[in-house]
This record gives sequence, C-alpha cells and structure tokens, in this order.
Amino acid sequence: MSWNVVFPDIVAGLFLGAFLALIAVGYSMVYGILRLINFAHGDFYMAAAFVSYAVLGAVTVGTKVNWGNVIWVGLVTMIAGGVLAVCVERLVYRPMSRAAILSLMIAALGVSQILENGVLNIPSWGSNYLPYPVTPPSNGFSVASVHYTWTQLGIVVIAVVLIVAVYWIVNHTMLGTAMRAVAQDRAATTLMGINTDRIISLVFFIGGALAGAAAVMASLYYGQINYLMGFSIGLQAFTAAVLGGIGSVAGAAIGGLMLGILESVGTGLFGAQWALMFAFGALVLTLWVRPTGLLGERVGQRV
Amino acid sequence: MSRLAVDGLSLRFGGLEALAGISLDIAEHALYAVIGPNGAGKTSFFNCLTGYYRPSAGTVSLDGRDITRMAVPDVAALGIRRTFQNVRVFPRLSAHENVLAGAHLRSSASLVGTLLGTPAMRRAERALADEAQRWLEYVGLADKSRVLAADLPYGMRKRLEVARALMGQPSVLLLDEPAAGVSSVEREELVAVIRRTWESGVTVVMIEHDVELVMQLATRVAVLQRGRLLVEGSPEDVRTDQRVVEAYLGRRRG
Amino acid sequence: MANGSSSPPGTSDIGSDVSARGIRAAAEPSRPAARRAGASGGPRPDSRLATMARNRSALIVLAALAAAAILPETGQGNYVMSIAVQIEILMCLVLGLNFVVGYAGMLDLGFAAFFAIGAYMTGLLSVDLHWPILATIPPAIGAALLGAVFVGLPTLRLRSDYLAVVTLGFGEIIQEVVTNLNQTGGPEGISGIPPLRIGGLVVTTNDGYYNVFLVLVLVFVAVSFRVRHSRLGRAWLAIREDEDTAQAMGIKVRRFKLYAYMAGSVFGSITGSLYGSAFIAIAPPSFGFNESLLVVMAVSIGGIGSIWGGLLGAGIVVAFPEVFRQFAQARLLVFGVVLVLIMVLRPQGVWPESGLGLDRAARFVARFPGRRGEAIAARRRAAGVERTP
Repeated sequence: MSWNVVFPDIVAGLFLGAFLALIAVGYSMVYGILRLINFAHGDFYMAAAFVSYAVLGAVTVGTKVNWGNVIWVGLVTMIAGGVLAVCVERLVYRPMSRAAILSLMIAALGVSQILENGVLNIPSWGSNYLPYPVTPPSNGFSVASVHYTWTQLGIVVIAVVLIVAVYWIVNHTMLGTAMRAVAQDRAATTLMGINTDRIISLVFFIGGALAGAAAVMASLYYGQINYLMGFSIGLQAFTAAVLGGIGSVAGAAIGGLMLGILESVGTGLFGAQWALMFAFGALVLTLWVRPTGLLGERVGQRV
Repeated sequence: MSRLAVDGLSLRFGGLEALAGISLDIAEHALYAVIGPNGAGKTSFFNCLTGYYRPSAGTVSLDGRDITRMAVPDVAALGIRRTFQNVRVFPRLSAHENVLAGAHLRSSASLVGTLLGTPAMRRAERALADEAQRWLEYVGLADKSRVLAADLPYGMRKRLEVARALMGQPSVLLLDEPAAGVSSVEREELVAVIRRTWESGVTVVMIEHDVELVMQLATRVAVLQRGRLLVEGSPEDVRTDQRVVEAYLGRRRG
Repeated sequence: MANGSSSPPGTSDIGSDVSARGIRAAAEPSRPAARRAGASGGPRPDSRLATMARNRSALIVLAALAAAAILPETGQGNYVMSIAVQIEILMCLVLGLNFVVGYAGMLDLGFAAFFAIGAYMTGLLSVDLHWPILATIPPAIGAALLGAVFVGLPTLRLRSDYLAVVTLGFGEIIQEVVTNLNQTGGPEGISGIPPLRIGGLVVTTNDGYYNVFLVLVLVFVAVSFRVRHSRLGRAWLAIREDEDTAQAMGIKVRRFKLYAYMAGSVFGSITGSLYGSAFIAIAPPSFGFNESLLVVMAVSIGGIGSIWGGLLGAGIVVAFPEVFRQFAQARLLVFGVVLVLIMVLRPQGVWPESGLGLDRAARFVARFPGRRGEAIAARRRAAGVERTP
C-alpha cells in the first residue's frame, strides 16, 4: 500500500468530504434543534440537484461552462433547497411538535419517499442517470503527479467558506446564540421572548441551503444526477455528523472530512461497492465506542 | 436502624453543583419530607437515590446496603418506587394497564407459559388484574380503569401514578411534589392516600413545596437550599428555625 | 368525593418483607361529597355506543375471517389468489415488526434482513442439502436469532433515532452479502426450492399456499395476543411509552428491547422460509430497503401496536396498487403522502388499539342537527354518558 496509491484517494476523499460536510452540517443543526433525524435531508440535496439541473439546462447552450450562469444557478439552488426544507418543516414537522419521536421519524420517511418518488415519476427524468448540462473544464494543476482541476479546488474553497460562515453565525452572533438556546431548552427560550418557531425554520433553511450548494457542487464534480443520490449520501452525511459529534457544526465538518477520506481510501483498496459498508462500519464503531462523537455535547438525561 | 442513609452526597453537572455534601438518615417507617426553594436540588436528590443520576461523591445505602452505583431497575427491585414531578404515566395505556405495569417485578412469567396460556398463567394474570383494580379503587379511580391515561385530568394522573407505584408493593415510596398543581379537594384525597399508605407500613419520602401539607403529614423534615442541607429535624423545629425562614422569605431588613 | 377503599389491597399476596407490610387499620376515608347523578362515582356502565363499537369491531373481524377461510372455494383466479398470498405474507411480516415497532417502540428500518435470512437458509438447506422445508425452519430461526443478538446487543441501548439508521444498515448489509456471495447464488439468487410437505400432503397450488399462510397469520395473531396481555407485552409497552419510567418499575430495558428484536426476527424468518417454498425462487431485490419500508408503512398506516390495524395496513399496502392500477407506478409516492398525512393528522393509525374510533365518530355525528343526531344524543343521555343540558 504505497503512498502513491493512497494519496490520490486521500485527496479524492477531501472532495467527497467537502460535500459530506456541507450536508452533515445541515443534518446536525436540525438534529440539534429538534432532536430529529430528518431522513428527508438527503432528499433535499437530491431535489436541489434536479432543480439546478432543470434551470441550468434551460439556460445553457452546449456544454461549456458559463461560470456566471453556474454561480447564479447555484444561488437559486441554495434558495430552493432552503425553501423546500422550510416548507417540509412548516407542513409536516411543526404540526407534529408534540408527537412521539417515532411518529416524527416515520413522517420523515414519508417525506423522503414523496421526494424520491416524485422525481421518479416525472416522465423525462425517471430513474435515469441524467448527465449534468455542463462539464467543468479540465485545466488545472498537478500535485504528486496527479492532476487536479481548478474547479475541484474551487469547490473545496467554496465549501470551506460556507461552513466557516455557518460556524461563525452559530457561534458568534446573537442569532446563533438563539439557535443554540432553542436547541438546549425550547421552553425557556420561548419565555425569553424569542420566537422559537422562526428560529427553527431558519435552521431548516440554512440546512437546506447548504444541501443545495452541495448539490450543485457534487453535480459538477460527478457529472450526473439520479433520483436515489440523496439516499446514499444522506446516510453517509448522517454518519459523518455522528462521527464528529451530532449537534456541533465543527464536528459535522470534521466528521464529513474524515468519513470522506475513510471511504475514499477504503473503496480504493477494496472496491466501490463497499462504500456504504464503510460508512456503516464507522457509524457502529463510533456509536459503540464514543456515542457523543469527537466534538459532541453530552446529551443529558432529564428526569 | 435507618432505611435510607445518605452520606456526603454530591452531584456536579459540569460547573454546576446540584448537590453538595448532603448527609441524612431516613428512619424506617418515617414520613420524611424534603423541602426547599426551587432549584435547591430536591429532584436531583431523588434521582440520585433511585439511580438516575450517578453522584460525583458520597453514598446512598438502603438498609445498610450500598446502592449508590446501582442501575435504576436494580434499585427498583430492592423495593423503592417513585412518582415524578411532571407526572409520568404511560399515556397511551389505560389506567388499569398503567397500574399493571407496576407489577413487573412481582410476576415471573415464563415464555412457554405465556405462549400456551396455561391455567397457572391465567390464574396469575387474573389475580394481578384484580389487584390492579383494587389499587385503582384505593386511589379513587375505580371507574376510570379503561380510560387512557392521556385522557385523564391532571389530578387523576397523579393519583394513577401513586397506584402504579403501590402496585409494586414498595417498602420505600418516593413522592416528588405529590400535591403540586392540584385543586384543594384533590389535595385532600391525595393526603388521605399518602397517610393510608404510610400507616400500612411503607416508608414515605416526599418532596413538597406546600409547607402546610408538610406540617400536617411529616414526621421529619429536611430543608435543602442550593444543593446543601440547611436544617433537618422535626416539623416544628424546622418551621421555627431562623435559617429556614430566611431561605424562604429572605432576610429581614433593618 | 373520595371513594378509595380503606386498606391497601394485595397485602395478603406475594410475600415481601413482612415488617414493612404490617398493616394497621387505616383511618376511614373522607365522606364522599354529594355526587351528580351519573357524572362520576361507581363503576361507570359502559356506554352503549362503546359496546356497540366494540361489538362492531368483533363482527368485522369475524366476517373477515369467514371470508378469508372460504376464499379459495369461491373459484377466484390465480391473480386474485396470488394477491391474497402477498397480503398474507405482508401480514406475517407486519406482526413480526409489530413486536419491535408497535410494542417496544423501536424504529427498525431493516426488517427485511430477517425475512432474507429465513428465505436464504431454507433455500440453501433445501436445494443444496435436500432437506425438507419444515426441517429447515428451526435452523433458519436459529440464524435469525443469532443475527438479532449480534446486531441488537451492542446497538439496542442507542437512542431510537440512531437505532433506526443502524437497523437500516443491517438490512443493507444483508442484502449486499447475499448479492455478492456465490454460495447464495449471487444476483440471481436461489431457484428450485422444493414445495412444502406436511405429513403426506404436498403443497403445490396457489390455493394450497394461501391456506398455509392463512394458518401462519392466525398463529401469529394468537401469539401476538397472548404476548400483548402478558408481563412481556406490558414491559414492552411501558418501554415504548416511557423508557426511563419503565426502568423505575424494575424493567430491564435493554434486555427487553433485545427480546422484542429477537421475537421480530423469529416471525420474519419463519415467513421468509415459507416464502421461499411458495415462490420456488428467491433473489436479492426482494429483500431490500423498499421491502423493509413497506412493512413499516403497513404498520404505521394501520396502527402502531395494534394487531388488527397491522393486518388492515398490510391489506391496504398490497391491495391499493392493484385496485388503483393507474397509480401502481406511483404507489410509493402515494404511500409517502398517505404516511405523512396519517402521521400528522392521525398518528395512531387507522385502526389503533383504542378502536376504530366509531364511538367518537358517532359523537361527532350526534353534534349535527337532524333526526339522527338527536336520536344518538338521546340514547347517550339515557345511558348516563352525556350530561343533560
């Protein structure tokens, strides 16, 4: 297992990790604030990818990248992802605020099915792997005799910027303090005069927007989209969030990175079909050995 | 010999010290009241006694046996039962089923017996069901046995919780604010139930805010404030103790 | 208004520490205050509507049973019979998952794994080693139990949300394993599974397997009932309702969660074994997340924890795309919508344990003006259920 073989996998893992981190942060924030695994979160990512596919496809001539287009479509997609997340929160989760967690999880499953099968049943899309309308240029640079494109670098940079921005919001603004307060004790926060409903919606919006950003980036990177892309990556992102410590933005980011590298190296060594297996293995190991994850808070027992 | 002995009990949550060095003895067949202002650590105290919290220091002993680090079900198996401050009945089960759930440790059904429905099995189930109904009568909920616990008004749910605890035939019964939030009529009923239970030989420990109730019922009182034991003694001693007056009412000016 | 009895019951029962149980005659309970007639006190006579509702449920069940028993005789074609068998199979799976989700309250998203274990064990033993089908069932159960313990022991202490994902993973892993292993026939699966032999009888027809699975459903229902009204069932329900409080009753939560998971695995495995025999060939695509999800949907739509609700849910899930053929392709989409609607509006499902809600529906009708409403209201007043205005 020489360095030359592993190194490209590690770098590929960084890219995968960037997407995972973006989605994991959204997962983590929603979990922190509602104590709910939003199974539909991966499907927000998928739906956003399809939205970007449709919009970009409508405005693109040929397959050459017009970066201006990509940027504003990216923003539109982020907004679309955020709006979708908020709609689901308002229509499904908020009316169920007093229900048992079991019912909430099943409802999340239902939403996931609606999104996946909604896309599946659109005639021009179906279950196909649809090629993304634009192909990023392949000019780039070389490190250790492997070629990386500027696009890939740009993706990582943007992901980092977004995550840092969210981290800053959560930890260094009044808004973020309100979010953390709601996550810790919703009743008390309401008594402080904070509109917890709006905060919760905002958290969903941010999570959905991050998923939207990840969607555009991943679509550019992998070149194709499919109605099931959310399922697999959703699970991986959840694993990443748990790995890093659920409820923590930094944790989700680090978890995403670690898991991306782990999966990439693992599939490089053993084959691509084992990707999900690695994710689950990592998940079970983490939950067994250190359930709070690397940076996670202790979820206390209130009696 | 004391039933429950607590020695140097301390509990920390990160930087917060919920309990600091509490030591007291609860005698057999006492009706012991734990009072104190909000945030004094009373419920945390109960949680340490029953095994929900692991104290950072100190010990809890039942009849001389160290139960400090025991798991919750094991503590329950030793005969300690409790109610909760925010009444925790099983909402989607009927009142009758709630009480039956309290009998878990009293039956030892085998899997085969359960599956085959042997006559012995049926007889045991019948006996438990009848007893559960009698406990419902004891707390005055006989006609509500089929009603879902979630559909019962607050005061009835409190009584249901007591019936469920009693079904476990406890030797020590911990009541967390039994009279909180109930009407004065219901309060009288609850007091009657508590007194009846105590008189039948159960050691009762109760957290209460209602000082009148405490004076009415308790044989001994402990006052907690900010995690510390302030005063401990007979109701009269405690009532007239200057420190207690200050803790509740604040210091007199001038 | 206190109508408590004067001494604690049960004291002559199971012996515990006698010193703590010493009874003295307790004080007389306080005098009951004047009671409003019919409003409280004394055992309330069951409202006539509630009795009617319960009788109605019993009638529905009996009618369904009768219909089910004579179905093969009515000369339905193969198509209808195969749908019926599918419904029965899903019913069996639902009853198995019911222990895990319905009673113990744990979300299991990988239940198809046990279905697969049963099917593949039977397939392998009967095809490769020529064992009779019935003989393959115990080892299949053993394998399923092993799997349940292996997965359950380290993970059942987890919070319900984490557990859901881990069980999902287990389901995916089992499907991956049978897809990739040569011994299990790889992506093609196993074919040529022999028919079921019971005594001298060989079951080869649709009707025959219909009856076999009908018996299985009835057996599973009987077991579920027995368990429900036993110490085991009550422990599970307590865990579902409130884990922490269940512990305070002395219930060892982790152990009982494992029991629920194991019970589910047994039902799933038996169903899988017979499934293999009935369908002659088995292949990996039948044992994936979609299948696990269908069982979860059936349980949730029908009524979590409710035996009849679960059966109803199974019927709905299988029959719906057949009845509404135009929606067949989009059936998962429709089910997703139905699932969300039910969770938001009626989380207890269509037919929960507390009944179909016909009682409440009748009350709702009674609020409407008109002769029917008046009649119902008058009957209720007579039964002392509603106060005279």
